[in-house]
Amino acid sequence: MYKIAVIGGSDSVIGFKALGLDTYAVDSSDEARSVLHEITKPREDEYAIIYIEETMAVHILPDIRKFDERPSPAIILIPGRDGPIGLGQSALKEAVEKAVGSDIL
Amino acid sequence: MATKTVTPTRMVLNQTKARLKTAARGHKLLKDKRDELMRQFMSVVRQNKELRQRVEEGLTEAFAALTVSSAVMSPELLEQALMYPRQSVEVDVKFKTVMSVSVPQYSFTTQNADPGEIYPYGFAQTSGELDIAIRSISRVFEDMLELARVEKTMHLLAEEIEKTRRRVNALEYVMIPEMQENIRYITMKLAENENSTKVRLMKVKDMVLQQAHDFKYS
Repeated sequence: MYKIAVIGGSDSVIGFKALGLDTYAVDSSDEARSVLHEITKPREDEYAIIYIEETMAVHILPDIRKFDERPSPAIILIPGRDGPIGLGQSALKEAVEKAVGSDIL
Repeated sequence: MATKTVTPTRMVLNQTKARLKTAARGHKLLKDKRDELMRQFMSVVRQNKELRQRVEEGLTEAFAALTVSSAVMSPELLEQALMYPRQSVEVDVKFKTVMSVSVPQYSFTTQNADPGEIYPYGFAQTSGELDIAIRSISRVFEDMLELARVEKTMHLLAEEIEKTRRRVNALEYVMIPEMQENIRYITMKLAENENSTKVRLMKVKDMVLQQAHDFKYS
């Protein structure tokens, strides 16, 4: 059985805690990166899904992209407290561009 | 023109012909695969777009409620209320194969089946706003799980499409023309050899005839 992790600002992740997800509160992108490495490294398949708050993911997108080709875990960007900043949408655009060769949406 | 040297023999010609046949079939198959992957991809993308919008809206709403509740309650109390979750979620991952791409399928199980169990606190000291926030988060969570599946599928498919497209192009624009060129080159070379052999034979025949008619030892 796998678990689900949420990485984000402390006031954003607190809500997910009630659902029984593993939450990691971080203050900066750097911290988010080290947490991401930490939870994906040792036992690789411990988490099947990792949600990361967009604002914390801004500077670590290359690290996140690395997981795109792997079947597991799935790393999904979610909007933070201040609403979506469009990173999740741009991930979608990027995938379309990669597959089709141009942005057709 | 053939870039690398090919030996113009009948054996190589036959080999190249066989390879060309295989390459042409592979090209056709890969093209079909690419088209089908593309079709699947487009539907996944559409799904993803819709889901992402729903999740983003739902989460914004949930966070708004959470903000309100953190305004009404003291941060310590809020943290205390949510410190020990009563619920725990586990995911089971199965892989389904779509056109040779294995995509994950998630099914999640909650420890407590009772939907009322998501509130890990007593109602006495917490505000109603917190209840609303937790409820809306748990509602949007189902969409989030679906989003995870769809988004992962999308990325994996995109990866595979890119790979397939490269293969199709390599076959179509490099391998197949090169082999056709080689076949033409070998065919021409063989014909040339045949001609020169014929000419040589005729020449030899002439010489032999001449020798036969004015036959003389020195």
